[in-house]
Amino acid sequence: MALLQISEPGLSTAPHEHRLAAGIDLGTTNSLVATVRNGISVVLNDERGRPLLPSVVRYLNDGVTVVGYDAQARQSDDPHNTIVSVKRFMGRGLKDLVDLSTLPYHFVDAPGMVQLKTVVGAKTPVEVSAEILKALKMRAETALGGELTGAVITVPAYFDDAQRQATKDAARLAGLNVLRLLNEPTAAAIAYGLDNSSEGIYAVYDLGGGTFDISVLKLTKGVFEVLATNGDSALGGDDFDRRVYCWMLEQSGLSVLSDHDKSLLMAKAREAKEALTEHAEARITAVLTTGELIDLTLTEGQFNELTASLVGKTLTPTRKALRDAGLSAADVKGVVMVGGSTRIPRIQAAVGEFFGQTPLTNLDPDKVVALGAAIQANVLAGNKREDDWLLLDVAPLSLGLETMGGLVEKIIPRNSTIPIARAQDFTTYKDGQTAMSIHVLQGERERVSDCRSLARFELRGIPPMVAGAARIRVTFQVDADGLLSVSARETATGVEAHIEVKPSYGLTDDEIARMLRESIDHAMDDVDARQLAELRVDAQRLVDATQSALAENGAALLSQSERTAIDALLGQMNAALTTSDPSAIKRATEALNQGTTEFAARRMDVGIKRALAGHKIEDIGI
Amino acid sequence: MGSESSAVLDSDSIMDFNQDHFALLGLAPAFAIDGERLDQAYRALQTEFHPDRFAHAGEAEQRLAMQWSTRINEAYQTLKSPFSRAKYLLELQGIQAMDANNTAMPAEFLVQQMEWRESLMSTVATADYPGLQALEKAAKAEADRLLGELAADLDERRDYLAASETLRKYRFLEKLLADIDNAYAELE
Repeated sequence: MALLQISEPGLSTAPHEHRLAAGIDLGTTNSLVATVRNGISVVLNDERGRPLLPSVVRYLNDGVTVVGYDAQARQSDDPHNTIVSVKRFMGRGLKDLVDLSTLPYHFVDAPGMVQLKTVVGAKTPVEVSAEILKALKMRAETALGGELTGAVITVPAYFDDAQRQATKDAARLAGLNVLRLLNEPTAAAIAYGLDNSSEGIYAVYDLGGGTFDISVLKLTKGVFEVLATNGDSALGGDDFDRRVYCWMLEQSGLSVLSDHDKSLLMAKAREAKEALTEHAEARITAVLTTGELIDLTLTEGQFNELTASLVGKTLTPTRKALRDAGLSAADVKGVVMVGGSTRIPRIQAAVGEFFGQTPLTNLDPDKVVALGAAIQANVLAGNKREDDWLLLDVAPLSLGLETMGGLVEKIIPRNSTIPIARAQDFTTYKDGQTAMSIHVLQGERERVSDCRSLARFELRGIPPMVAGAARIRVTFQVDADGLLSVSARETATGVEAHIEVKPSYGLTDDEIARMLRESIDHAMDDVDARQLAELRVDAQRLVDATQSALAENGAALLSQSERTAIDALLGQMNAALTTSDPSAIKRATEALNQGTTEFAARRMDVGIKRALAGHKIEDIGI
Repeated sequence: MGSESSAVLDSDSIMDFNQDHFALLGLAPAFAIDGERLDQAYRALQTEFHPDRFAHAGEAEQRLAMQWSTRINEAYQTLKSPFSRAKYLLELQGIQAMDANNTAMPAEFLVQQMEWRESLMSTVATADYPGLQALEKAAKAEADRLLGELAADLDERRDYLAASETLRKYRFLEKLLADIDNAYAELE
């Protein structure tokens, strides 16, 4: 189908330019990109009218990278260089991975995150994911006829900090401005909730290709409040395929397979699973490279038996989420099904039985996450005004610190509404101790060895004191993306030793720049030019934001001299933008940021007055 | 950072990063609160300050939004739970009710706790579901009674030392109820 370009209706009469924003569902098996057009969220198809992009990346030895259906088609021929389900490796070390025997890749153990050896060298899961994101970015920009202002990228609600950070890094590497990382079930709830204008308690059961999430939400007058979330970041449709694959080996008496045959039989297992959603049995035939012929029939009953424990594994987190929310299955008004794997009839039956109601499936379970992400992206990009709706999400896993005896002291409990900050005081163990080592962990278990290690850092320069006299305040901050930063300072003496840490698996700006240089398609364009372009976009965004803030309440909140000062900074910025000097643009941006801090604070003040208007003045306590 | 920016505000400003949780949420400081109003004030404030409202704003506003949204979440979570609300009211009076030095409890209360703990262990060991339900009912009734006492201590008698002891008792009950909840999970 030829792609016709149609401009946004009403664009010329709109007071603000419509900013191009997209929602991206970066899935284990398939990925999608959606946008809001004429007030309606739509999935953007490829040039052949297909909505899905298989999350498959193939590296060729001539430096060309193929993404999607074309890569998927060559999966069995070129298994080592064709990476499928890369999402399972995001933010994961070699020791975290299970079922390595069924994977045809050559893994390289690297600090922080595993790498995959390909014909063009070792690739990190971040780089592989960035290829998928680049393809989606290009699809969106072609369809929308312009550069994207920003994107919302979805992640499983149960993704930990390492997996979230890896996703954000992949987006940066793909040249996307990430407006927000959004939890997949929450995105689905937005798509459903806004469609049905529902109120009450909803559960979102999201079984994708490689991850399982369950979220319990309360919908009230335009507020989506996540009460609890739980899940398993290594459980999905892939596991159902693997059960069928192992059954096939058992039935055929096979044990050692070539990588080609592994890929072939895994693909056949998937086909059989998919056939069973509509038929009572599926025939599986394949010819192996050895010449051996496989001809098997799998019935729905056999399939259900093979995968019964996997279905059970989704109900345990479901119970936990309800308990954390202080609710029972009977309190739930509707159950939303998300993810391709919820097409499996046995899963629909099990979920229906658990909640005592038929689950909602009226939106396409493959598309609903991307549709919700696009709606959120449209709001975050500033295309809609305040009076719409608000999303309050939670941190899925507890965060804590290692204390004496290898135990974890929880600082932020799971299911805390984000953004959140918590501080905890610690003291020294020995007289004259001047340094303290801080180990940050994520997880629910009590022992350090059972939780995920996020970062280790040392606080140095503590003034020497007797043991127990120093007061080290460690502060955890989780932002609206669910990402953690940790700082520590010594408070007893007023001497500040302060450190900001980024967990060790996150990429530094230098690493991102290096990867950009190394990546083939960026070797041709100039890295400096790209950085300049990014600085310009940021600077322009700040100018726009400042001007709209001035228009809204500059007159009310600023004195003449203050207004003149900000106007002067805007003038300097505009002058800097006419040059191609990155450092001048950077300086002007910093100056404008600095010079508008006070104005921003006053605007916030107006906001709080507006929010509390309607309350009696004596209640406010002034 | 908050104090730096609030220092430059107008004198009639109500925006004070150090104001107490009740003032922030527009409620009178008391143990008995209108939960509906708390929820409404919380949603109204988050609607104004959540970082999602500032995703396209300048850096300074984005940073302030995160700080304020964090602050609003903290205030709401503290006031929503009866335990943390009472603890916080006592802190406003300069009393650290859960301080390690404040551990003395009446003997009869402790005996009752031990009996309930033993009963919990035996119901789990014997998978005695009705027994667990009976225990939960008794513990909930006692927890509710203590909440009533807390309200009287804090709001009517303003006897903060008595309130501290009631709060410590309530803490025991809260832990017991959490363990009963876990026991249900084990029995499932």
